[in-house]
Amino acid sequence: MDSSRIVGIDLGTTNSLVAFMQEEMPVIIPGEDGSNLVPSVVALDENDKIIVGNSARKYLIETPQRSVYSIKRLMGRGVEDVQGELQLFPFRLADDLQSGEVLRIQLGEETFTAPEISAFILRQLKRNAERFFGAPVSKAVITVPAYFNDAQRQATKDAGRIAGLEVLRLVNEPTAASLAYGLDKKQNGIVAVYDLGGGTFDISILRLHDGIFEVIATNGDTHLGGDDIDNLLIRVAIDDIRSDLGLDVSRNGEIVAAIRKAVIDAKIVLSSQTITKLDIELPQGKRYQREITREQFEQLAAPVIERTIAPCKQALKDAGLKPEQIDEVVLVGGSTRIPRVRALVEQLFQRKPHTELNPDEVVALGAAVQANILAGGSEATKDMLLLDVTPLSLGIEVAGGVTDKIILRNSTIPASATQHYTTQVDGQTNVAIHVLQGERELAKDCRSLARFDLKGIPPMTAGMPRIEVKFLIDANGILHVSAREQRSGKEAEIEVQPSYGLTDDQVESMILDSFDQAEEDFRQRQVIEARNEAQTILSALEKGKKGGAWEELTREERVRVEELQRVLIETQKQNDHEATRKAIDALNQGTMRLAELMMDTAVSAALKGKTMDGADFGRGPSQPHPIGKAEFE
Amino acid sequence: MRAAQFCTSCGKVQPPQPVDYFSFFGLPRELNIDASRIEREFYALSRKLHPDIYAGGDGREQEWSLEQSSRLNDAYRTLKDPIRRTEYLLKLEGVELEGQSKAATEVARKTGEKKQIVPPDLLEEVFELNMQLEEARANKTMGDQDAALSAELQEQKTSLEAKFDALSEELHGYWNEWDAASGAGDNDGKTRARDLMVDLLNRRSYIRNLVRDVNEVLEN
Repeated sequence: MDSSRIVGIDLGTTNSLVAFMQEEMPVIIPGEDGSNLVPSVVALDENDKIIVGNSARKYLIETPQRSVYSIKRLMGRGVEDVQGELQLFPFRLADDLQSGEVLRIQLGEETFTAPEISAFILRQLKRNAERFFGAPVSKAVITVPAYFNDAQRQATKDAGRIAGLEVLRLVNEPTAASLAYGLDKKQNGIVAVYDLGGGTFDISILRLHDGIFEVIATNGDTHLGGDDIDNLLIRVAIDDIRSDLGLDVSRNGEIVAAIRKAVIDAKIVLSSQTITKLDIELPQGKRYQREITREQFEQLAAPVIERTIAPCKQALKDAGLKPEQIDEVVLVGGSTRIPRVRALVEQLFQRKPHTELNPDEVVALGAAVQANILAGGSEATKDMLLLDVTPLSLGIEVAGGVTDKIILRNSTIPASATQHYTTQVDGQTNVAIHVLQGERELAKDCRSLARFDLKGIPPMTAGMPRIEVKFLIDANGILHVSAREQRSGKEAEIEVQPSYGLTDDQVESMILDSFDQAEEDFRQRQVIEARNEAQTILSALEKGKKGGAWEELTREERVRVEELQRVLIETQKQNDHEATRKAIDALNQGTMRLAELMMDTAVSAALKGKTMDGADFGRGPSQPHPIGKAEFE
Repeated sequence: MRAAQFCTSCGKVQPPQPVDYFSFFGLPRELNIDASRIEREFYALSRKLHPDIYAGGDGREQEWSLEQSSRLNDAYRTLKDPIRRTEYLLKLEGVELEGQSKAATEVARKTGEKKQIVPPDLLEEVFELNMQLEEARANKTMGDQDAALSAELQEQKTSLEAKFDALSEELHGYWNEWDAASGAGDNDGKTRARDLMVDLLNRRSYIRNLVRDVNEVLEN
């Protein structure tokens, strides 16, 4: 593996993070503003420039039609099945969407697919990491909900590619969390990870033994999270405002956004206090004020929280375990800060859950651990291995509209299954296969994954060809299909029509389209490189000032050098790489005499007490030449 | 067989060979296996073959490890479960087990094709049970509920479930027969054991389908 770092990324519904393994511990890489969390918010500013993260949040309230949040909810989904989301979230679909086309979302005047919007977020995280390392970052491990289906996973990989990242592995969020937990605790046992985030819920049950993290069963709901609780509260506020003040604000984007912010703030306060107040400014000088107690909040949120019970019970059943047999429970995701959620988890698993790890950060930390393992591992991770499972059964549609399951849910991945097909008609050269994911008996109740057309079958009498089709689910949980006609030995050409995804061509063109983003990255890189050079020179100068050569300068010379030093220190803090380079040049010029003096000192030190034979004439000064233009490849 | 999956000197993954699951674990084609032993093998092999280990390797190694580890997982999954292990071995011996899935029986029911032969010892029971199920289904569509009928169906179900559970022990007996015959090179013995196991699996799947049918009718 080359020396470029692999980072771990948590691409969350509400917040995203990037982390890496620093020596034996994973650490979060902060943004320029110093915060660890990058809100998964994308907006267009006044100049139509893409803004991501904390700075984008104000646009959510000021110009909601030019901003988007919780894009993860739309990843890998089609127009028909997001209708539910559209009722609850202010996603604006492109006006000109054709049926069967990949979903596009309106952002100001432009439209973007969900992977493109996620790519903006990933790009921001990539920049943060590059700024931190002072070096390029092109490889990442990205986490996904364990219950994400094939299309949702593919969409996440596509987003990575569009952002200029090679996604080495998709890791399931609860599994990643268990890595962070396992690294911390180093104990064997059965661990349940309860992950309730902004938009998705996962429950995974793992066996940890001797560094192996083996998932036994996983279950969840990819449309269940803190957002749903927020929406319930928003509904209450809107209803209140309508009945108390006679105002219908439901269509007012800015007011709804303000209500949403107030409701989220209140929800957070109620995790540590038992009462709080909503206070929202309305049009016509009116005001909505309402006290809300923790009890009222929990009653409202109960239906959402209770939806997590069934998946937990199913996971235990699939694992063949009773709650008593679980050794530890780990909480992941901001929504697990809600006291009612903690109480429910304690009730379900009959033990107090672990809360020492930061539920917002633990997934990213775990992703960094996995990144470390993929890069070859280190002392801390050398015995660690992840054995994950596919969360949904894979099936083929057969006669009668029935699903024939060929790989069952909770099968350890990579996993494969082989099926044999033949032709119905003489001379038939194509066979169509419809692949599905889900547990239901009927194909129409399962998730359509893709239609595969096997082409180029040698024409024979009907029923003669013996086509062996191999279905392989890789370590990312993504399906690959290959086919061979066994009599002729010919590989069949497979044309894949993903049900909800982008084709390779579409992704390629999106990568090309994102060149203006790349320019921004390029500029950022120049700033980093200039800063690096400045640091090299400044630290060399500090060393130089401690030596004898410094004393030999006149007082004026020393004052001048220190002035140039001060200018460079100040300039390199800014983002202007040209100004930084000017200041570097000025300092170089101003320290030429010092450099000469130091060279003389170094050479004479090398010569002192040595004969001509022993002198290192060939090698020059014993230290790298401290002051001079640094050479970069 | 270990040497085939990875190189014994450098430890790196090798191109996959087409071997059956028993051979993959270095086991003979016998039905009694040491579960804890193959579990240990599974973890040891996972550490050597998993794609994560070859993430930095060349494309070939990545391909081979993907192939090898999926084989490993498929093999372990199959051999770990007693019924799957039995079905797999029978398949290796050339037996085509009838499609026993609900899908197949549904299709059979619709097309009128008789896919399954009723096990002789269940003939009478099945006849009576099917009549009761018909009656209960008719009641259901009319919205009627016959408590006495439901109770009887429940009893039938319990009796079937007991029969089902008893099959495990019977199967173990046939395993011993197979292993002994296989070890002694007794082909007739192998054939006998094989046929007994096929029959048992058919009976087992028939009973399971019946129980499923009763459950469907009993649930409201």
